[in-house]
Amino acid sequence: MKKLIILGGGTAGTMMANKMHKLLDKKIWKITIIDKDTIHYYQPGFLFIPFGIYKKEDVIKPRANYIPRGVDLILADVDRISADENKVLLADGQALEYDYLVIATGTEIRPDQTPGMLGDEWRKSIFDFYTFEGAVALTEQMKDWNGGKLVVAITEIPFKCPVAPLEFIFLADAFFSEKGIRGQVELTLVTPMSGAFTKPVATKMLSQILDEKSINVVTDFYIEHIDNENKKLVSYDEQEVAFDLLAIVPMNMGNEVIARSGLGDDMNYVPTDKHTLQSKSHSNIFVIGDATDIPTSKAGSVAHFAGEILTENLHSAIEGRPLTASFDGHANCFIETGYGKGTLIDFNYTTEPLPGTFPYPVIGPFKLLKPTRLNHIGKLLFRWMYWNILLKGRELPIDSHMSMSGKKELTV
Amino acid sequence: MAQATLAKYTVEVNEEGYMMQPDQWNKEIAEAIASELDINLTEKHYEVLNYLREQYAAGTPLTIRKVGQSGITDIKGLYALFPKGPLKYSSKIAGIPKPASCV
Repeated sequence: MKKLIILGGGTAGTMMANKMHKLLDKKIWKITIIDKDTIHYYQPGFLFIPFGIYKKEDVIKPRANYIPRGVDLILADVDRISADENKVLLADGQALEYDYLVIATGTEIRPDQTPGMLGDEWRKSIFDFYTFEGAVALTEQMKDWNGGKLVVAITEIPFKCPVAPLEFIFLADAFFSEKGIRGQVELTLVTPMSGAFTKPVATKMLSQILDEKSINVVTDFYIEHIDNENKKLVSYDEQEVAFDLLAIVPMNMGNEVIARSGLGDDMNYVPTDKHTLQSKSHSNIFVIGDATDIPTSKAGSVAHFAGEILTENLHSAIEGRPLTASFDGHANCFIETGYGKGTLIDFNYTTEPLPGTFPYPVIGPFKLLKPTRLNHIGKLLFRWMYWNILLKGRELPIDSHMSMSGKKELTV
Repeated sequence: MAQATLAKYTVEVNEEGYMMQPDQWNKEIAEAIASELDINLTEKHYEVLNYLREQYAAGTPLTIRKVGQSGITDIKGLYALFPKGPLKYSSKIAGIPKPASCV
């Protein structure tokens, strides 16, 4: 038997297990997927938990439900990949051989990388909303909070779902308005970037929304440490931002398995060909999702679009054909703007987010870079699509390559 | 794409003044951009600039953290060399496109 191992059973890995299971001859190929625990979280839902829009149970499902029958699911800690021997070594000493390996180990938050982040105030007044535990802990805090300075801060780039901090602060604006205490809440977004979103057209439109909602934006702020005693963010050039409640996006890094395997860059992301999705160091290793170093968003939509390309290229590699499918960096993100509205951006490596309609010209039904109720409904429907279409590796009615159809050419 | 004249050389720049053709760069141009930003270039500055140009040529995505780990200077040092824009200003002076910091 030939062996395909998929490392990581998150969005990208689960999707690939389903796609490859459908494609490969079961008499010849054995597919194994490895992850360390039993729960599959609907990560885009974490954002909604602190605002009471989703409950805990809305974002949790058993991982095994989404792995097709016939694919082996191994729940184990991985020590490392021995790429030169084509083996995955488990923590218990077991060695699993592969002919092809798909790395889908994702990215994770590393609050330990910033001095003071894991200090006395962690999960008292400092919270992350990128883990289930963080989102749930923040929910309790938000319920009883009477107002003050709420700061949403980004530590380092790149990070998972780059629109999430904006969504968090838009939703916070609506949340405190509905509670009747918006006047007592000062909202500030702190970012190391030079704007709310550095792609110029989107930044302009998102900045307008931030302005309308009276949200302060502090740009070019690169956090050096957090002063727990005085509750302040301190930057490398000694600027300070005070907070009463801090929703932080900690530094993101790829999985430690990648570092132990010697396959990562300085942030544990795997150097990957941005078009073929093949590892730059080993021709029988492919990489997908947040684990790669490709210059596009770390987001589920990217993993989905990349998944179609990877399936084709992995199939070609197995059959000894050249890798002809080429990923364009396509990303598509709904952005919640509060009060039951949302906006939408669609972009790739070379084309920044532009206004217009999506996916069809004129009729849409979604509007790009414009808050509408239908965009919000699209975001909520996406949860159903995630579990029932995306994870199962089925086709969405959106091309994996970005299209200019319905978009307006625009420069700032 | 626009053109700009920097220290008597005509070079391709984007709307923010970042050079689009790194091979058009030279030290005189670096001095000209630096003086617009009120930065006096020392040998240490040039070590950073050369590092940025090498990394850019190799296709490595650049971040402040990356430069801070280069062994040339740490992040605080980088801020001291290029106040208010450790990566933005250093990239501009190094004659490379503005690092795509958000994707």
